Amino acid sequence: MRRIISVLLENAPGALSRVVGLFSQRGYNIESLTVAPTEDPTLSRLTLTTLGDDHKIEQITKHLNKLIDVVKLVDLTEGAHIERELMLIKVKASGAQRAEVKRCVDIFRGQIIDVTSSLYTIQITGASDKLDAFLLAVGDASIIEVVRSGVSGISRGEKVLSL
Amino acid sequence: MLIRALKDEGVEVVFGYPGGAALHIYDAIFRQSDVKHILVRHEQAATHAADGYSRATGRVGTVLVTSGPGATNAITGIATAYMDSIPMVVISGQVQSHLIGEDAFQETDMVGISRPIVKHSFMIKHQSEIAETVKKAYYIAASGRPGPVVIDVPKDLTHPAFTFPYEYPEKVKLRSYTPATRGHAGQIKKAVQLLLGAKRPMIYTGGGVVQGNASELLTQLVDTLDYPVTNTLMGLGAYPGTGKRFLGMLGMHGTFEANTAMHHSDVILAVGARFDDRVTNTVSKFCPNAKIIHIDIDPASISKTVVADVPIVGSVESVLTDMLALIKESSEKPDAEAIAAWWKQINEWRERHGIYTQNRFDTTSEKIKPQEVIQAIWEVTKGDAYVTSDVGQHQMFAAQYYKFDKPRRWINSGGLGTMGFGLPAAMGVQMAYRDATVVCVTGEGSIQMCIQELSCCTQYHLPVKIICLNNQALGMVRQWQDMQYSGRYAESLYEDSLPDFIKLAEAYGHVGIRVTKKEELKAKLEECFALKDRVVFMDIMVDQSEHVYPMQVAPNGSMRDMLLSKTERT
Repeated sequence: MRRIISVLLENAPGALSRVVGLFSQRGYNIESLTVAPTEDPTLSRLTLTTLGDDHKIEQITKHLNKLIDVVKLVDLTEGAHIERELMLIKVKASGAQRAEVKRCVDIFRGQIIDVTSSLYTIQITGASDKLDAFLLAVGDASIIEVVRSGVSGISRGEKVLSL
Repeated sequence: MLIRALKDEGVEVVFGYPGGAALHIYDAIFRQSDVKHILVRHEQAATHAADGYSRATGRVGTVLVTSGPGATNAITGIATAYMDSIPMVVISGQVQSHLIGEDAFQETDMVGISRPIVKHSFMIKHQSEIAETVKKAYYIAASGRPGPVVIDVPKDLTHPAFTFPYEYPEKVKLRSYTPATRGHAGQIKKAVQLLLGAKRPMIYTGGGVVQGNASELLTQLVDTLDYPVTNTLMGLGAYPGTGKRFLGMLGMHGTFEANTAMHHSDVILAVGARFDDRVTNTVSKFCPNAKIIHIDIDPASISKTVVADVPIVGSVESVLTDMLALIKESSEKPDAEAIAAWWKQINEWRERHGIYTQNRFDTTSEKIKPQEVIQAIWEVTKGDAYVTSDVGQHQMFAAQYYKFDKPRRWINSGGLGTMGFGLPAAMGVQMAYRDATVVCVTGEGSIQMCIQELSCCTQYHLPVKIICLNNQALGMVRQWQDMQYSGRYAESLYEDSLPDFIKLAEAYGHVGIRVTKKEELKAKLEECFALKDRVVFMDIMVDQSEHVYPMQVAPNGSMRDMLLSKTERT
């Protein structure tokens, strides 16, 4: 099952390499990874998605917790949560395609953020499956370049991950 | 400043080897006398010696090496300590800050290389961090589940020209590190109920009881309940080896009675043990009828391989204290009838194939059997020596036949299985206890992996006794080749290439004694241990064809599936 694990990490040199190293060392897989400082400059927020059954996820969270640089973590998929991913994509857009691509962008509530005579550069945010669906809708033939940010997530309601 | 911090931390001895990037630190060592330094002959030995010192004393071992090759040579010893959860601080010199990343002379990314095998690591960025980092390193190494911590120090930051207001912190707090202490009261209550209701209980304990200084509590618990107990390779000595409730070691080369009783048990109390693959054999067939209570300070050890029915995260010492108190208060008592029947069954197993009830090797053979050597060492040292070992058949024979009555007496590389560990570890033990009898049980293969330390023993007058069970082969490799490769001894025989160990010992200024005849064994061992102030290298020629038994059947065997000799199996 796909899980989203969100980690508060000391914003210290080498901290990220300990997290990533743990995954390769123990044979776990990272599907996506995002990391950036928080409002507290001594802390980074790291979000990663991984695949595994309950036993494996339990081991992953236990081992992450053992890392000295990990302050706190939560498996967002355990409760109600919001996940978002940002995608920047360049697609061919010439002739009749131009209008078709534009319609598609509107349906997915994306934005065209740059234009040339033959290309659109599009920005879309949403859950990962929505981005996957957009890629399908546009079709392989017209995709030139795709950049995805990886998943970020946050719990719904009152639940927070902070010190 | 670094050495002053070590002194303030209470460090008595540092094992190390100097080099360019560590020269300022070595100069500081020279100009003081509180922290003693032992110059080893190879950095691997520095880590093993600090490791042996730590295992024997419970204190944190300290290592000092230079950058580059000094740091990489230390890696094997750090990994050894990591696998066995031994507290250690390794200080490595690093090239000057402005050269880092430029492939400077003797530069290596020590923090990166050591990352998977340390509990934590620090790279010092500024002189003012030194004192606090040292404090943090010792705190992290020793607390919770212990382990090695690396401090990498660029050379420029130890330059004596820099002066800073020095203050050694009394305490450090890390917001991201709060090791568990007390176990959950509800879980402990559940565990006690399950334990008191057991009909065929087993208490299975590991290195955590030794490291957690809980041997006395364990002994009290076992004796109060009158339940059988088995120790892992790392846990030997946690319960007296000569005690009547002790079934011997369990696992791959565990005793018939310990493995069989585990298999048939209905409740297992696992204390500071981690259900290692060398213990469980095939996990899916592990103890099919047992409910499992698992006490461990590391939550990641619980339900890692075998799922625990009652997990308890906490220090072994505090959890056992709580359990004992509950048992004493409880109106419920163990089922005397069931326990008596269980003991009857266990004693029958002991009689049938136990290694302590009869000799399980050919005592009539003219050749010296390695088991006999260990038995003789036990008798001559009255069971009271510190015994270190290397890795292989001799290690298993020592674990099986030397009955350890006290914790911290059996010092071996269990998790990583590092050949070359024994001699430097023995030096570390001897440094801690100058008057104690320290024996290194080794083989002619392992001893050659750190034999250069015979020179270190000379320099610091460390009169360890090296007992080399010489079978002129890599015994354990040869055993597996016998069993699984139809006796094709690929690169496991030394033929005529071995050195004359007697002359070698003498070249270093030590005493060498060779034993080739069985009838001389005891007398020569007595001669060896009578030479209290000398290093003695005993080269004992043992039967090459001997195998270690019992041996669990793998793959696909359960706990109780064992080979008992070359011809018998369960």
